[in-house]
Amino acid sequence: MSTMEDKNESLGAGTQMTGSEMVIRALKDQGVRHIFGYPGGAVLPIYDSLFQDNELVHVLVRHEQGAVHAAEGYARSTGKPGVVLVTSGPGATNAVTGITDALMDSIPLVVITGQVATHLIGNDAFQECDTVGITRPCTKHNWLVRDIEDLSRVLHEAFQIATTGRPGPVVVDIPKDIQFKKGTYTGPEHVRHRTYRPKLDPDTAAIEQAVAMMAAAKRPLFYTGGGIINSGPEASRLLRELVAVTGFPITSTLMGLGAYPASGPNWLGPLGMHGTYEANLATSRCDLLICLGARFDDRVTGRLDAFSTGSKKIHLDIDPSQINKNVRVDLPIIGDAARALRAMLMVWKETNAKSDAAALKDWWTQVDGWRAKNSLSFRNSTKLIKPQHAIDRLYELSKGRETYITTEVGQHQMWAMQRFKFDEPNHWMTSGGLGTMGYGLPAALGVQMAHPNALVVDIAGEASVQMTMQEVSTAVQYELPIKIFILNNEYMGMVRQWQQLLHGGRYSHSYSEALPDFVKLAEAFGAVGIRATTPDELDGKIMEMINVRRPVLFDCRVDPTENCYPMIPSGAAHDQMILSDSADEPQVSEEGKMLV
Amino acid sequence: MSKDSRIVRHTLSVIVDNEPGALARVVGLFSGRGYNIESLNVAEVDHTAHTSRITLVTSGTPEVIDQIQAQLARLVPVQRVLDLTLETPGVERELALIKVAGSADQRVEAMRISQEYRASVVDTTLESFIFEVAGEPSKIDAFVEAMRPLGLVEVSRTGVAAITKGAAAM
Ligand SMILES: Cc1ncc(C[n+]2csc(CCOP(=O)(O)OP(=O)(O)O)c2C)c(N)n1
Ligand SMILES: [Mg+2]
Repeated sequence: MSTMEDKNESLGAGTQMTGSEMVIRALKDQGVRHIFGYPGGAVLPIYDSLFQDNELVHVLVRHEQGAVHAAEGYARSTGKPGVVLVTSGPGATNAVTGITDALMDSIPLVVITGQVATHLIGNDAFQECDTVGITRPCTKHNWLVRDIEDLSRVLHEAFQIATTGRPGPVVVDIPKDIQFKKGTYTGPEHVRHRTYRPKLDPDTAAIEQAVAMMAAAKRPLFYTGGGIINSGPEASRLLRELVAVTGFPITSTLMGLGAYPASGPNWLGPLGMHGTYEANLATSRCDLLICLGARFDDRVTGRLDAFSTGSKKIHLDIDPSQINKNVRVDLPIIGDAARALRAMLMVWKETNAKSDAAALKDWWTQVDGWRAKNSLSFRNSTKLIKPQHAIDRLYELSKGRETYITTEVGQHQMWAMQRFKFDEPNHWMTSGGLGTMGYGLPAALGVQMAHPNALVVDIAGEASVQMTMQEVSTAVQYELPIKIFILNNEYMGMVRQWQQLLHGGRYSHSYSEALPDFVKLAEAFGAVGIRATTPDELDGKIMEMINVRRPVLFDCRVDPTENCYPMIPSGAAHDQMILSDSADEPQVSEEGKMLV
Repeated sequence: MSKDSRIVRHTLSVIVDNEPGALARVVGLFSGRGYNIESLNVAEVDHTAHTSRITLVTSGTPEVIDQIQAQLARLVPVQRVLDLTLETPGVERELALIKVAGSADQRVEAMRISQEYRASVVDTTLESFIFEVAGEPSKIDAFVEAMRPLGLVEVSRTGVAAITKGAAAM
């Protein structure tokens, strides 16, 4: 390369370069530091450019699904987009689970896939698949780039679309010949999508009405979700202020944990299928439900016709399609959470609004009555490690550290949601919408990559963790000291629980047969294996795990038949919660059995 | 709030960036979310601005229709969605080509009826006609039914094109 060209290249916009160089350049111009990927024939030119670059850090995973979950963990813990690079065909199809997961949980990702050369598209070429066709329903948007002159624009638009409005994953599919072709690079400052303009500023009239409704409420409740986290730390700060000035109780979805601190006085714990008694009863009995950045998901609402029937509802969302989707609301507010919260606080102060103190006092008395049920209590044991106890100890022993938690999917996930106390946003990474077993381990890699000195723990199940187990090898390679804390109950516990409660105790294929020896497995990977089998040794082993600066597989042998309560059986209403095994057989309607 | 459960037919106009996959996104949204499409029509309407207009006829409860509009609006290439059924009065037209083959009596009768419907003949052979007929979809339905006993062979319809009345653009 001549010096002249070198000089041009540092200027950025309008420079001639190959498609693969453009990819690297665009990523850097977008502020990307880390990418998660796996090479193959259709992305070799990009990998070649990567080889010649010494700024971008590429993390080589062991399966493309792992790359996407890692990027999700990275994104959710930093607020920045996660970037993935995979090859065509199987590389792209392996990424689909992760992409769908990111769509369901509104995680900003830019996924770059290689494609066969443009003249081969449609010919069933080797490793060809219709990537944009396959990913169309599981991305916020996607592109197949057929002309080198479109490439830099598309890459920058991809970042704009992934990160603005309701965030989500996007796919840019780049044929191999386009990666080799030379064309003109345009920098991000010159690119803005022609027509896409998400609405960020809420309507003033709606905000004023919301404040009036809040001041008039007798039994108000905040119900917040992942939208607060996605809006950024400022939204969480404003939420805390709004809760403080109003004095209202607050609950949140699985995705929203940490926006309001679990140690905060107004916190009722999470709501929904495995939420707390007080959160669900308050949802059922409130007269004003203020939904901020959540979407009335079926895990939250239970039986729709019995959901919070006596309340007026305010719904703030950045995505207009969420309004009135499952539950009809009285006051929709479209906009970014932080902007809307700031506006609410301003109006609340300017109009000298006051909560109805007397009514609120009665409401809190009622809420405290429900709290006194202590719905998360469990009968501990001196012989067996109870999974709840294991999470409590993990929480206590990691207190005071910068701790990030990821999870797999199942009972352990619900116990983690119930028991681990998050005081800050972006510290809790879990697969909510899609419920993807195998999410937590690779997500932990992504989190640790972004926060090298933090304690990153995947609270796992022995079944889930086997879905993406190979990523331990990635952790070893990059010296990422993630802790995989397996609550090993030898069952697909959540499946077993449903079979016990809904299918007459017929445990069809839910026993985790032929489990590997996780300690030996860890050693085979070059990681550290630790096992705890009794409550006595648990604390010591957890400390050992925390203190070792290497990846750890922790085989925590827990009571195999413990169930996760409280539980609202599917198709039931919030006030039909089961609190423990000792309760009568749950009444599940035939209709309820149809539900997932 | 109580739900309105009446199923109503709605005509939606969707202005999209004319880019590859735009139509697939719209159609995929309908199949993926379980909405039905009764008629669909798409063509570029502004070559320089790269915009296409999709006209869709669908049916559902008012809530479902609201959801359909919101979901459409959420697609990145979609610029505008308008419910022409609510935006009264809109004009709806469809064009159809209808092939009829039959004996002498039937041919005379088919010709007579085609005049009532202001259909024109665009192809004739000794044993067949092709009629071109335009109008509201219900008129085309009626014409097709009238041709059925007279040797109806084949029908090709464009689907509904629709536009709001008056001077303003959508
Ligand atoms: C990829 C995938 N397949 C199947 C399921 C259905 N599923 C939900 S929870 C669960 C069992 C999980 O078992 P384990 O990881 O041991 O967790 P536990 O419930 O025992 O804590 C299964 C099979 C799922 N969520 N994801
Ligand atoms: Mg298990």
